[in-house]
Amino acid sequence: MARPTLDTAADPATARLALTTVRPPRRFARRGRRRGGRWTGWLFAAPALAAYAIFVLRPLFLTIEYSLYRWDGIGPSTWVGLDNYIKVFTDPDLFGTILNAFKLIVFFSAIPVLLGLAIAATIRRIATSRLALVARTVLFLPQVIPLVAAGITWSWLLASTGLINQLLSYVRLNGVTRAWLGDFATALPAVGMIGAWVLLGLCTLLLLAGMSKIDPALYEAARIDGAGPVREFFSITMPSLRQEIGVCITVTVVAALASFDIVYVSTQGGPGNTTMVPGLEIYYQAFSERQVGVASALAVVLMALVLACVLPIQWLAREEQR
Amino acid sequence: MIVTRREAWTGQLLLVLLMAVTVIPFVSLFVTALHPSGTYPPGLDWPTHPRWSNFADAFRAAHMDELLISSALIVLGVVPVSLLIGTMAGFAIGHLRMAGRRLVFLAFVLGLTLPFEGIITPLYYQIRDMGLLNTRWAIILPLIGLFMPFSVFWMRAHFINMPEELSEGARIDGANVWQLFWRIHVPLAMPALSSLAILLFLWTWNQFLLAIVLVDDPAKRTMAGALGAFQGQWGTDIPLLCAGSLLILAPTLVIFLIFQRRFVSALLQGSLKG
Repeated sequence: MARPTLDTAADPATARLALTTVRPPRRFARRGRRRGGRWTGWLFAAPALAAYAIFVLRPLFLTIEYSLYRWDGIGPSTWVGLDNYIKVFTDPDLFGTILNAFKLIVFFSAIPVLLGLAIAATIRRIATSRLALVARTVLFLPQVIPLVAAGITWSWLLASTGLINQLLSYVRLNGVTRAWLGDFATALPAVGMIGAWVLLGLCTLLLLAGMSKIDPALYEAARIDGAGPVREFFSITMPSLRQEIGVCITVTVVAALASFDIVYVSTQGGPGNTTMVPGLEIYYQAFSERQVGVASALAVVLMALVLACVLPIQWLAREEQR
Repeated sequence: MIVTRREAWTGQLLLVLLMAVTVIPFVSLFVTALHPSGTYPPGLDWPTHPRWSNFADAFRAAHMDELLISSALIVLGVVPVSLLIGTMAGFAIGHLRMAGRRLVFLAFVLGLTLPFEGIITPLYYQIRDMGLLNTRWAIILPLIGLFMPFSVFWMRAHFINMPEELSEGARIDGANVWQLFWRIHVPLAMPALSSLAILLFLWTWNQFLLAIVLVDDPAKRTMAGALGAFQGQWGTDIPLLCAGSLLILAPTLVIFLIFQRRFVSALLQGSLKG
Protein backbone atom coordinates (compact mmCIF):
# COMPACT_ATOMS: atom_id res chain seq x y z
CA MET A 1 0.00 0.00 0.00
CA ALA A 2 2.53 2.50 -1.17
CA ARG A 3 1.54 6.00 -0.44
CA PRO A 4 2.91 8.10 -3.28
CA THR A 5 5.05 10.63 -1.50
CA LEU A 6 7.77 12.85 -2.82
CA ASP A 7 10.27 10.14 -1.87
CA THR A 8 8.77 7.40 -4.01
CA ALA A 9 8.13 9.86 -6.80
CA ALA A 10 11.83 10.65 -6.84
CA ASP A 11 12.91 7.04 -7.08
CA PRO A 12 12.48 6.29 -10.81
CA ALA A 13 13.97 9.69 -11.62
CA THR A 14 17.11 8.92 -9.65
CA ALA A 15 17.25 5.51 -11.22
CA ARG A 16 17.09 7.04 -14.66
CA LEU A 17 19.79 9.53 -13.79
CA ALA A 18 22.02 6.71 -12.60
CA LEU A 19 21.35 4.80 -15.81
CA THR A 20 22.19 7.69 -18.08
CA THR A 21 25.48 8.27 -16.36
CA VAL A 22 26.44 4.63 -16.40
CA ARG A 23 25.41 3.92 -19.97
CA PRO A 24 26.13 6.92 -22.15
CA PRO A 25 25.41 5.26 -25.56
CA ARG A 26 21.72 5.13 -24.80
CA ARG A 27 21.53 8.78 -24.05
CA PHE A 28 20.31 9.92 -27.45
CA ALA A 29 17.45 7.50 -27.63
CA ARG A 30 16.44 8.44 -24.14
CA ARG A 31 16.48 12.13 -24.76
CA GLY A 32 14.51 11.71 -27.95
CA ARG A 33 11.93 9.64 -26.14
CA ARG A 34 11.66 12.11 -23.38
CA ARG A 35 10.97 14.95 -25.73
CA GLY A 36 8.36 12.84 -27.51
CA GLY A 37 6.85 11.73 -24.20
CA ARG A 38 6.65 15.24 -22.90
CA TRP A 39 4.08 16.21 -25.50
CA THR A 40 2.36 12.94 -26.44
CA GLY A 41 1.70 12.74 -22.70
CA TRP A 42 -0.80 15.54 -23.12
CA LEU A 43 -2.70 13.50 -25.72
CA PHE A 44 -3.00 10.69 -23.20
CA ALA A 45 -4.13 13.02 -20.44
CA ALA A 46 -6.52 15.01 -22.65
CA PRO A 47 -9.69 12.84 -22.34
CA ALA A 48 -9.46 12.70 -18.55
CA LEU A 49 -8.72 16.41 -18.37
CA ALA A 50 -11.66 17.19 -20.64
CA ALA A 51 -14.11 15.11 -18.58
CA TYR A 52 -12.78 16.67 -15.38
CA ALA A 53 -12.89 20.20 -16.78
CA ILE A 54 -16.42 19.95 -18.20
CA PHE A 55 -18.13 18.14 -15.34
CA VAL A 56 -16.12 19.26 -12.31
CA LEU A 57 -14.04 22.38 -12.87
CA ARG A 58 -16.65 24.28 -14.90
CA PRO A 59 -19.44 23.67 -12.33
CA LEU A 60 -16.93 24.51 -9.61
CA PHE A 61 -16.23 27.96 -11.06
CA LEU A 62 -19.93 28.45 -11.80
CA THR A 63 -20.73 27.74 -8.15
CA ILE A 64 -18.41 30.57 -7.18
CA GLU A 65 -20.00 32.81 -9.81
CA TYR A 66 -23.60 31.94 -8.81
CA SER A 67 -22.75 32.65 -5.19
CA LEU A 68 -22.32 36.33 -6.02
CA TYR A 69 -25.79 36.71 -7.54
CA ARG A 70 -29.39 36.53 -6.42
CA TRP A 71 -31.08 34.14 -8.83
CA ASP A 72 -34.23 32.01 -8.73
CA GLY A 73 -32.96 29.65 -11.42
CA ILE A 74 -35.35 30.92 -14.10
CA GLY A 75 -35.57 34.72 -14.34
CA PRO A 76 -32.81 37.32 -14.55
CA SER A 77 -30.13 37.41 -11.87
CA THR A 78 -28.92 40.38 -9.82
CA TRP A 79 -25.37 40.99 -8.65
CA VAL A 80 -25.32 41.08 -4.86
CA GLY A 81 -21.60 40.81 -4.12
CA LEU A 82 -20.91 38.99 -0.85
CA ASP A 83 -24.46 39.29 0.49
CA ASN A 84 -25.09 35.56 0.14
CA TYR A 85 -21.99 34.79 2.19
CA ILE A 86 -23.06 37.27 4.87
CA LYS A 87 -26.40 35.50 4.94
CA VAL A 88 -24.74 32.08 5.32
CA PHE A 89 -22.80 33.28 8.35
CA THR A 90 -25.55 35.35 10.01
CA ASP A 91 -28.77 33.44 9.30
CA PRO A 92 -29.05 31.07 12.28
CA ASP A 93 -30.74 28.39 10.14
CA LEU A 94 -27.97 28.39 7.54
CA PHE A 95 -25.09 28.74 9.97
CA GLY A 96 -26.72 26.08 12.13
CA THR A 97 -26.19 23.54 9.35
CA ILE A 98 -22.44 24.15 9.54
CA LEU A 99 -22.50 23.74 13.33
CA ASN A 100 -24.45 20.51 12.89
CA ALA A 101 -21.82 19.24 10.46
CA PHE A 102 -19.14 19.83 13.07
CA LYS A 103 -21.22 18.11 15.75
CA LEU A 104 -21.53 15.14 13.40
CA ILE A 105 -17.71 14.94 13.27
CA VAL A 106 -17.80 13.82 16.91
CA PHE A 107 -19.90 10.82 15.92
CA PHE A 108 -18.56 10.12 12.44
CA SER A 109 -14.87 10.56 13.34
CA ALA A 110 -14.18 10.43 17.06
CA ILE A 111 -16.24 7.33 17.82
CA PRO A 112 -15.05 5.15 14.90
CA VAL A 113 -11.40 6.18 15.26
CA LEU A 114 -11.14 5.85 19.05
CA LEU A 115 -13.27 2.73 19.26
CA GLY A 116 -11.52 1.34 16.18
CA LEU A 117 -8.14 1.87 17.82
CA ALA A 118 -9.24 0.13 21.00
CA ILE A 119 -10.78 -2.79 19.12
CA ALA A 120 -7.88 -3.18 16.69
CA ALA A 121 -5.38 -3.15 19.57
CA THR A 122 -7.37 -5.85 21.37
CA ILE A 123 -7.80 -8.15 18.40
CA ARG A 124 -4.34 -7.51 16.94
CA ARG A 125 -2.90 -10.73 18.31
CA ILE A 126 -5.63 -12.88 16.82
CA ALA A 127 -5.61 -11.01 13.52
CA THR A 128 -4.63 -14.12 11.57
CA SER A 129 -7.19 -16.45 13.14
CA ARG A 130 -10.12 -17.87 11.19
CA LEU A 131 -12.57 -15.76 13.11
CA ALA A 132 -10.69 -12.61 12.16
CA LEU A 133 -10.76 -13.54 8.48
CA VAL A 134 -14.53 -13.93 8.61
CA ALA A 135 -14.72 -10.64 10.48
CA ARG A 136 -12.85 -8.89 7.67
CA THR A 137 -15.72 -9.65 5.33
CA VAL A 138 -18.52 -9.02 7.79
CA LEU A 139 -17.17 -5.67 9.01
CA PHE A 140 -17.06 -4.40 5.44
CA LEU A 141 -20.77 -4.88 4.82
CA PRO A 142 -21.71 -1.33 5.87
CA GLN A 143 -19.14 0.01 3.38
CA VAL A 144 -20.58 -1.95 0.50
CA ILE A 145 -24.27 -1.16 0.84
CA PRO A 146 -25.59 2.24 -0.28
CA LEU A 147 -25.67 4.82 2.52
CA VAL A 148 -29.36 5.23 1.71
CA ALA A 149 -29.93 1.62 2.69
CA ALA A 150 -28.03 2.13 5.94
CA GLY A 151 -30.26 5.14 6.59
CA ILE A 152 -33.49 3.23 5.94
CA THR A 153 -32.36 0.25 8.02
CA TRP A 154 -31.46 2.41 10.97
CA SER A 155 -34.60 4.55 10.71
CA TRP A 156 -36.44 1.33 11.35
CA LEU A 157 -34.13 0.20 14.20
CA LEU A 158 -34.45 3.61 15.87
CA ALA A 159 -38.23 3.91 15.36
CA SER A 160 -40.55 3.83 18.37
CA THR A 161 -41.32 0.11 17.87
CA GLY A 162 -37.82 -0.67 16.59
CA LEU A 163 -35.10 -2.92 17.89
CA ILE A 164 -33.26 -0.30 19.96
CA ASN A 165 -36.35 0.44 22.04
CA GLN A 166 -37.14 -3.26 22.25
CA LEU A 167 -33.68 -3.88 23.72
CA LEU A 168 -34.03 -0.96 26.13
CA SER A 169 -37.37 -2.28 27.43
CA TYR A 170 -35.78 -5.69 27.78
CA VAL A 171 -33.23 -4.29 30.24
CA ARG A 172 -36.02 -2.38 32.04
CA LEU A 173 -35.14 1.05 30.67
CA ASN A 174 -38.68 1.78 29.50
CA GLY A 175 -38.28 5.36 30.65
CA VAL A 176 -35.76 6.30 27.95
CA THR A 177 -37.46 4.70 24.96
CA ARG A 178 -38.58 7.17 22.32
CA ALA A 179 -38.67 7.76 18.58
CA TRP A 180 -34.98 8.56 18.50
CA LEU A 181 -34.94 10.27 15.11
CA GLY A 182 -38.07 12.31 15.83
CA ASP A 183 -36.98 13.77 19.16
CA PHE A 184 -35.39 17.25 19.17
CA ALA A 185 -32.81 16.21 21.76
CA THR A 186 -31.75 12.89 20.26
CA ALA A 187 -32.17 13.24 16.48
CA LEU A 188 -28.66 14.53 15.73
CA PRO A 189 -26.85 11.98 17.95
CA ALA A 190 -29.04 9.27 16.41
CA VAL A 191 -28.01 10.32 12.89
CA GLY A 192 -24.43 10.40 14.15
CA MET A 193 -24.72 6.83 15.40
CA ILE A 194 -25.78 5.69 11.94
CA GLY A 195 -22.61 7.24 10.54
CA ALA A 196 -20.53 5.70 13.30
CA TRP A 197 -21.96 2.28 12.46
CA VAL A 198 -21.08 2.72 8.78
CA LEU A 199 -17.52 3.87 9.45
CA LEU A 200 -16.49 1.79 12.47
CA GLY A 201 -15.70 -1.38 10.51
CA LEU A 202 -13.62 0.47 7.92
CA CYS A 203 -11.58 2.29 10.58
CA THR A 204 -11.03 -0.89 12.60
CA LEU A 205 -9.78 -2.82 9.58
CA LEU A 206 -7.57 0.03 8.35
CA LEU A 207 -5.96 0.38 11.77
CA LEU A 208 -5.61 -3.39 12.08
CA ALA A 209 -3.87 -3.52 8.70
CA GLY A 210 -1.51 -0.80 9.92
CA MET A 211 -0.80 -2.67 13.14
CA SER A 212 0.04 -5.86 11.28
CA LYS A 213 2.89 -3.99 9.59
CA ILE A 214 4.56 -3.20 12.91
CA ASP A 215 7.60 -5.39 13.59
CA PRO A 216 6.53 -8.09 16.11
CA ALA A 217 10.02 -7.97 17.60
CA LEU A 218 9.12 -4.60 19.10
CA TYR A 219 6.26 -6.19 21.01
CA GLU A 220 8.38 -9.15 22.08
CA ALA A 221 10.98 -6.78 23.47
CA ALA A 222 8.33 -4.78 25.30
CA ARG A 223 6.87 -7.95 26.80
CA ILE A 224 10.26 -9.09 28.01
CA ASP A 225 10.79 -5.67 29.57
CA GLY A 226 7.53 -6.23 31.43
CA ALA A 227 5.25 -3.80 29.58
CA GLY A 228 1.50 -4.42 29.87
CA PRO A 229 -1.03 -4.06 27.04
CA VAL A 230 -1.72 -0.40 27.88
CA ARG A 231 1.93 0.61 27.92
CA GLU A 232 2.46 -1.35 24.72
CA PHE A 233 -0.38 0.51 23.03
CA PHE A 234 0.91 4.00 23.82
CA SER A 235 4.62 3.31 23.33
CA ILE A 236 4.59 1.12 20.22
CA THR A 237 1.21 0.93 18.50
CA MET A 238 0.12 4.56 18.51
CA PRO A 239 3.36 6.12 17.19
CA SER A 240 3.57 3.60 14.32
CA LEU A 241 0.01 4.24 13.19
CA ARG A 242 0.27 7.92 12.43
CA GLN A 243 -0.44 7.50 8.74
CA GLU A 244 -3.39 5.12 9.20
CA ILE A 245 -4.93 7.34 11.87
CA GLY A 246 -4.52 10.27 9.49
CA VAL A 247 -6.34 8.38 6.76
CA CYS A 248 -9.18 7.35 9.10
CA ILE A 249 -9.65 10.91 10.33
CA THR A 250 -9.60 12.30 6.78
CA VAL A 251 -12.14 9.83 5.43
CA THR A 252 -14.49 10.19 8.39
CA VAL A 253 -14.29 14.00 8.60
CA VAL A 254 -15.12 14.32 4.90
CA ALA A 255 -18.00 11.87 5.41
CA ALA A 256 -19.32 14.01 8.28
CA LEU A 257 -19.00 17.40 6.60
CA ALA A 258 -20.39 16.20 3.28
CA SER A 259 -23.11 13.96 4.73
CA PHE A 260 -26.27 13.88 2.66
CA ASP A 261 -27.65 10.41 1.93
CA ILE A 262 -28.14 9.27 5.53
CA VAL A 263 -29.79 12.50 6.66
CA TYR A 264 -31.97 12.67 3.55
CA VAL A 265 -33.57 9.29 4.17
CA SER A 266 -33.60 9.18 7.97
CA THR A 267 -34.75 12.67 9.07
CA GLN A 268 -34.87 15.02 6.05
CA GLY A 269 -33.17 17.55 8.34
CA GLY A 270 -35.88 17.47 11.00
CA PRO A 271 -37.34 17.64 13.51
CA GLY A 272 -37.22 21.40 13.11
CA ASN A 273 -33.76 22.02 11.77
CA THR A 274 -31.97 19.89 14.34
CA THR A 275 -30.34 17.54 11.84
CA MET A 276 -30.05 19.87 8.84
CA VAL A 277 -26.56 19.59 7.31
CA PRO A 278 -24.95 21.80 4.64
CA GLY A 279 -25.32 19.21 1.87
CA LEU A 280 -29.06 18.86 2.40
CA GLU A 281 -29.54 22.61 2.88
CA ILE A 282 -27.80 23.24 -0.47
CA TYR A 283 -30.22 20.78 -2.07
CA TYR A 284 -33.30 22.45 -0.52
CA GLN A 285 -32.11 26.00 -1.19
CA ALA A 286 -31.29 25.28 -4.81
CA PHE A 287 -34.16 23.03 -5.81
CA SER A 288 -37.06 23.83 -3.42
CA GLU A 289 -36.52 27.41 -2.24
CA ARG A 290 -35.05 28.44 -5.61
CA GLN A 291 -32.34 30.46 -3.86
CA VAL A 292 -29.53 29.44 -6.19
CA GLY A 293 -27.20 32.20 -4.93
CA VAL A 294 -27.55 31.23 -1.27
CA ALA A 295 -27.19 27.54 -2.12
CA SER A 296 -23.99 28.28 -4.05
CA ALA A 297 -22.51 30.41 -1.28
CA LEU A 298 -23.13 27.61 1.19
CA ALA A 299 -21.58 25.18 -1.30
CA VAL A 300 -18.43 27.29 -1.55
CA VAL A 301 -18.22 27.51 2.25
CA LEU A 302 -18.66 23.74 2.50
CA MET A 303 -15.92 23.01 -0.03
CA ALA A 304 -13.58 25.47 1.71
CA LEU A 305 -14.32 23.84 5.08
CA VAL A 306 -13.53 20.38 3.73
CA LEU A 307 -10.18 21.56 2.39
CA ALA A 308 -9.47 23.51 5.58
CA CYS A 309 -10.00 20.33 7.61
CA VAL A 310 -8.34 17.83 5.27
CA LEU A 311 -5.12 19.65 4.38
CA PRO A 312 -3.84 20.09 7.99
CA ILE A 313 -4.68 16.45 8.79
CA GLN A 314 -2.75 15.25 5.73
CA TRP A 315 0.15 17.52 6.60
CA LEU A 316 0.30 16.29 10.19
CA ALA A 317 0.03 12.64 9.19
CA ARG A 318 2.82 12.99 6.68
CA GLU A 319 5.16 14.99 8.87
CA GLU A 320 6.63 11.99 10.66
CA GLN A 321 7.91 10.37 7.48
CA ARG A 322 10.72 12.87 7.14
CA MET B 1 4.39 -13.84 19.48
CA ILE B 2 3.58 -13.96 23.15
CA VAL B 3 -0.18 -14.20 23.51
CA THR B 4 -1.76 -14.85 26.85
CA ARG B 5 -4.95 -16.86 26.88
CA ARG B 6 -6.93 -14.04 28.44
CA GLU B 7 -5.92 -11.67 25.66
CA ALA B 8 -6.98 -14.13 23.01
CA TRP B 9 -10.35 -14.58 24.74
CA THR B 10 -11.10 -10.87 25.08
CA GLY B 11 -10.06 -10.40 21.47
CA GLN B 12 -12.42 -13.08 20.22
CA LEU B 13 -15.26 -11.86 22.38
CA LEU B 14 -14.85 -8.31 21.11
CA LEU B 15 -14.71 -9.48 17.53
CA VAL B 16 -17.92 -11.48 17.87
CA LEU B 17 -19.61 -8.50 19.53
CA LEU B 18 -18.50 -6.18 16.74
CA MET B 19 -19.75 -8.57 14.07
CA ALA B 20 -23.08 -8.84 15.89
CA VAL B 21 -23.46 -5.05 15.91
CA THR B 22 -22.74 -5.03 12.18
CA VAL B 23 -25.08 -7.86 11.25
CA ILE B 24 -28.06 -7.39 13.58
CA PRO B 25 -29.50 -4.43 11.60
CA PHE B 26 -29.69 -6.69 8.56
CA VAL B 27 -31.31 -9.45 10.59
CA SER B 28 -33.89 -7.03 11.93
CA LEU B 29 -34.58 -5.87 8.36
CA PHE B 30 -35.03 -9.48 7.27
CA VAL B 31 -37.41 -10.68 9.98
CA THR B 32 -39.46 -7.50 9.69
CA ALA B 33 -39.81 -8.08 5.97
CA LEU B 34 -41.60 -11.37 6.72
CA HIS B 35 -44.45 -9.79 8.70
CA PRO B 36 -47.83 -9.09 7.07
CA SER B 37 -47.57 -5.86 5.13
CA GLY B 38 -49.05 -2.78 6.76
CA THR B 39 -48.37 -3.98 10.33
CA TYR B 40 -45.94 -2.47 12.86
CA PRO B 41 -44.03 -5.48 14.18
CA PRO B 42 -41.46 -5.23 16.98
CA GLY B 43 -37.83 -4.89 15.90
CA LEU B 44 -36.66 -8.46 16.22
CA ASP B 45 -39.51 -10.90 16.08
CA TRP B 46 -39.86 -14.06 14.01
CA PRO B 47 -43.46 -14.06 12.70
CA THR B 48 -45.66 -17.10 13.27
CA HIS B 49 -46.53 -17.21 9.58
CA PRO B 50 -43.61 -15.79 7.60
CA ARG B 51 -44.88 -13.98 4.51
CA TRP B 52 -42.32 -14.82 1.87
CA SER B 53 -44.64 -13.30 -0.72
CA ASN B 54 -43.65 -9.84 0.57
CA PHE B 55 -40.47 -10.15 -1.42
CA ALA B 56 -42.41 -10.84 -4.60
CA ASP B 57 -44.71 -7.89 -3.87
CA ALA B 58 -41.73 -5.61 -3.25
CA PHE B 59 -40.06 -6.88 -6.42
CA ARG B 60 -43.09 -5.79 -8.42
CA ALA B 61 -43.65 -2.55 -6.48
CA ALA B 62 -40.04 -1.47 -6.93
CA HIS B 63 -39.89 -2.61 -10.58
CA MET B 64 -36.72 -4.45 -9.68
CA ASP B 65 -36.16 -5.84 -13.16
CA GLU B 66 -36.13 -2.34 -14.70
CA LEU B 67 -33.91 -1.08 -11.89
CA LEU B 68 -31.34 -3.80 -12.34
CA ILE B 69 -31.11 -3.06 -16.06
CA SER B 70 -30.94 0.68 -15.46
CA SER B 71 -28.17 0.39 -12.88
CA ALA B 72 -26.27 -2.04 -15.07
CA LEU B 73 -26.48 0.35 -18.03
CA ILE B 74 -25.20 3.22 -15.89
CA VAL B 75 -22.32 1.12 -14.58
CA LEU B 76 -21.48 0.03 -18.13
CA GLY B 77 -21.48 3.65 -19.22
CA VAL B 78 -19.30 4.88 -16.37
CA VAL B 79 -16.78 2.22 -15.42
CA PRO B 80 -15.06 1.19 -18.70
CA VAL B 81 -14.65 4.77 -19.92
CA SER B 82 -13.40 5.98 -16.54
CA LEU B 83 -10.92 3.13 -16.37
CA LEU B 84 -9.59 3.82 -19.86
CA ILE B 85 -9.19 7.57 -19.69
CA GLY B 86 -8.10 7.53 -16.04
CA THR B 87 -5.40 4.97 -16.85
CA MET B 88 -4.24 6.96 -19.87
CA ALA B 89 -3.88 10.09 -17.77
CA GLY B 90 -2.18 8.20 -14.96
CA PHE B 91 0.24 6.76 -17.53
CA ALA B 92 0.95 10.22 -18.96
CA ILE B 93 1.65 11.71 -15.54
CA GLY B 94 3.32 8.75 -13.87
CA HIS B 95 5.29 7.20 -16.72
CA LEU B 96 5.59 9.54 -19.71
CA ARG B 97 6.23 12.37 -17.27
CA MET B 98 4.83 14.97 -19.60
CA ALA B 99 5.68 18.65 -19.32
CA GLY B 100 3.55 20.41 -16.73
CA ARG B 101 2.56 17.13 -15.08
CA ARG B 102 2.89 18.54 -11.57
CA LEU B 103 0.28 21.18 -12.24
CA VAL B 104 -2.10 18.70 -13.89
CA PHE B 105 -1.66 16.27 -11.04
CA LEU B 106 -2.27 18.97 -8.45
CA ALA B 107 -5.49 19.94 -10.24
CA PHE B 108 -6.71 16.35 -9.98
CA VAL B 109 -5.59 15.89 -6.36
CA LEU B 110 -7.55 18.94 -5.24
CA GLY B 111 -10.67 17.22 -6.53
CA LEU B 112 -10.10 14.11 -4.38
CA THR B 113 -12.11 15.25 -1.39
CA LEU B 114 -14.58 17.45 -3.26
CA PRO B 115 -18.10 16.99 -1.87
CA PHE B 116 -20.51 16.38 -4.76
CA GLU B 117 -23.02 18.77 -3.17
CA GLY B 118 -20.54 21.57 -3.86
CA ILE B 119 -21.10 21.48 -7.60
CA ILE B 120 -24.56 19.93 -7.89
CA THR B 121 -26.41 23.21 -8.51
CA PRO B 122 -24.50 24.37 -11.62
CA LEU B 123 -24.29 20.77 -12.76
CA TYR B 124 -28.09 20.66 -12.84
CA TYR B 125 -28.30 23.73 -15.10
CA GLN B 126 -25.45 22.47 -17.26
CA ILE B 127 -27.10 19.08 -17.78
CA ARG B 128 -30.41 20.83 -18.48
CA ASP B 129 -28.79 23.02 -21.12
CA MET B 130 -27.24 19.94 -22.69
CA GLY B 131 -30.75 18.50 -22.91
CA LEU B 132 -29.77 15.44 -20.89
CA LEU B 133 -32.00 15.89 -17.84
CA ASN B 134 -33.97 12.72 -17.02
CA THR B 135 -31.73 10.50 -19.13
CA ARG B 136 -29.12 8.06 -17.88
CA TRP B 137 -26.45 10.25 -19.48
CA ALA B 138 -27.20 12.81 -16.77
CA ILE B 139 -25.70 10.38 -14.26
CA ILE B 140 -23.08 8.76 -16.49
CA LEU B 141 -21.25 11.80 -17.86
CA PRO B 142 -20.82 13.77 -14.60
CA LEU B 143 -19.76 10.62 -12.75
CA ILE B 144 -16.95 10.03 -15.25
CA GLY B 145 -15.68 13.54 -14.55
CA LEU B 146 -16.14 13.20 -10.80
CA PHE B 147 -14.25 9.89 -10.72
CA MET B 148 -11.25 11.28 -12.59
CA PRO B 149 -9.34 12.62 -9.54
CA PHE B 150 -9.34 9.26 -7.82
CA SER B 151 -8.76 7.20 -10.98
CA VAL B 152 -5.83 9.33 -12.11
CA PHE B 153 -4.38 9.41 -8.61
CA TRP B 154 -4.67 5.64 -8.28
CA MET B 155 -3.21 4.77 -11.68
CA ARG B 156 -0.39 7.30 -11.36
CA ALA B 157 0.61 5.63 -8.09
CA HIS B 158 0.89 2.39 -10.04
CA PHE B 159 2.77 3.74 -13.06
CA ILE B 160 5.25 5.75 -11.03
CA ASN B 161 6.67 2.49 -9.69
CA MET B 162 7.05 0.83 -13.11
CA PRO B 163 10.69 0.49 -14.16
CA GLU B 164 11.82 2.63 -17.07
CA GLU B 165 13.68 -0.31 -18.68
CA LEU B 166 10.35 -1.86 -19.60
CA SER B 167 9.60 0.93 -22.02
CA GLU B 168 13.18 1.10 -23.23
CA GLY B 169 13.02 -2.45 -24.51
CA ALA B 170 9.71 -1.94 -26.30
CA ARG B 171 10.92 1.28 -27.84
CA ILE B 172 14.01 -0.36 -29.25
CA ASP B 173 11.70 -2.95 -30.78
CA GLY B 174 9.96 -0.09 -32.53
CA ALA B 175 6.77 0.24 -30.53
CA ASN B 176 5.05 3.62 -30.60
CA VAL B 177 3.67 5.21 -27.46
CA TRP B 178 0.16 3.78 -27.86
CA GLN B 179 1.46 0.23 -28.41
CA LEU B 180 3.74 0.69 -25.41
CA PHE B 181 0.72 1.68 -23.35
CA TRP B 182 -1.78 -0.84 -24.63
CA ARG B 183 0.42 -3.92 -25.17
CA ILE B 184 2.84 -3.61 -22.28
CA HIS B 185 1.69 -1.31 -19.53
CA VAL B 186 -2.05 -2.03 -19.43
CA PRO B 187 -1.61 -5.82 -19.06
CA LEU B 188 0.91 -5.22 -16.27
CA ALA B 189 -1.48 -2.82 -14.55
CA MET B 190 -4.27 -5.41 -14.24
CA PRO B 191 -4.16 -5.78 -10.43
CA ALA B 192 -4.39 -2.01 -9.94
CA LEU B 193 -7.04 -1.77 -12.66
CA SER B 194 -9.28 -4.48 -11.24
CA SER B 195 -9.23 -2.91 -7.77
CA LEU B 196 -10.11 0.43 -9.33
CA ALA B 197 -12.89 -1.20 -11.32
CA ILE B 198 -14.42 -2.62 -8.14
CA LEU B 199 -14.34 0.72 -6.38
CA LEU B 200 -15.84 2.58 -9.35
CA PHE B 201 -18.57 -0.03 -9.71
CA LEU B 202 -19.49 0.34 -6.05
CA TRP B 203 -19.49 4.13 -6.10
CA THR B 204 -21.61 4.23 -9.26
CA TRP B 205 -24.12 1.66 -8.04
CA ASN B 206 -24.50 3.47 -4.71
CA GLN B 207 -24.62 6.98 -6.15
CA PHE B 208 -27.59 8.82 -4.67
CA LEU B 209 -27.28 12.61 -4.97
CA LEU B 210 -26.83 12.80 -8.75
CA ALA B 211 -29.66 10.32 -9.24
CA ILE B 212 -32.26 12.21 -7.22
CA VAL B 213 -31.29 15.65 -8.55
CA LEU B 214 -30.78 14.93 -12.23
CA VAL B 215 -33.23 12.10 -12.95
CA ASP B 216 -36.90 12.21 -11.95
CA ASP B 217 -37.91 8.78 -13.22
CA PRO B 218 -36.78 6.15 -10.68
CA ALA B 219 -36.61 3.58 -13.48
CA LYS B 220 -33.69 5.50 -15.02
CA ARG B 221 -31.76 5.89 -11.78
CA THR B 222 -29.11 3.93 -9.95
CA MET B 223 -30.17 1.37 -7.35
CA ALA B 224 -29.51 3.76 -4.47
CA GLY B 225 -31.50 6.55 -6.12
CA ALA B 226 -34.40 4.21 -6.75
CA LEU B 227 -34.33 3.12 -3.13
CA GLY B 228 -34.87 6.75 -2.12
CA ALA B 229 -37.97 6.91 -4.32
CA PHE B 230 -39.19 3.56 -3.02
CA GLN B 231 -38.95 4.85 0.53
CA GLY B 232 -40.92 7.96 -0.41
CA GLN B 233 -43.67 5.82 -1.89
CA TRP B 234 -43.88 2.92 0.56
CA GLY B 235 -42.33 4.52 3.66
CA THR B 236 -45.40 3.84 5.83
CA ASP B 237 -45.61 0.14 5.01
CA ILE B 238 -42.69 -1.07 7.13
CA PRO B 239 -42.58 -4.77 6.13
CA LEU B 240 -42.81 -3.93 2.44
CA LEU B 241 -40.14 -1.22 2.80
CA CYS B 242 -37.84 -3.68 4.54
CA ALA B 243 -38.40 -6.31 1.85
CA GLY B 244 -37.75 -3.75 -0.90
CA SER B 245 -34.59 -2.47 0.79
CA LEU B 246 -33.26 -6.00 1.10
CA LEU B 247 -33.97 -6.71 -2.57
CA ILE B 248 -32.22 -3.51 -3.62
CA LEU B 249 -29.27 -4.43 -1.38
CA ALA B 250 -29.10 -7.99 -2.65
CA PRO B 251 -27.15 -7.48 -5.91
CA THR B 252 -24.27 -5.62 -4.25
CA LEU B 253 -24.21 -8.09 -1.39
CA VAL B 254 -24.03 -11.04 -3.77
CA ILE B 255 -21.27 -9.46 -5.83
CA PHE B 256 -19.44 -8.49 -2.65
CA LEU B 257 -19.58 -12.01 -1.24
CA ILE B 258 -18.33 -13.52 -4.51
CA PHE B 259 -15.41 -11.11 -4.87
CA GLN B 260 -14.95 -10.43 -1.17
CA ARG B 261 -11.18 -10.78 -1.10
CA ARG B 262 -10.67 -8.30 -3.92
CA PHE B 263 -13.29 -5.98 -2.44
CA VAL B 264 -11.71 -5.89 0.98
CA SER B 265 -8.22 -5.23 -0.31
CA ALA B 266 -9.50 -2.68 -2.83
CA LEU B 267 -11.45 -0.81 -0.18
CA LEU B 268 -8.54 -0.84 2.25
CA GLN B 269 -6.07 0.39 -0.34
CA GLY B 270 -8.61 2.78 -1.75
CA SER B 271 -9.10 4.60 1.50
CA LEU B 272 -5.39 4.55 2.29
CA LYS B 273 -4.69 6.35 -0.93
CA GLY B 274 -7.74 8.56 -1.08
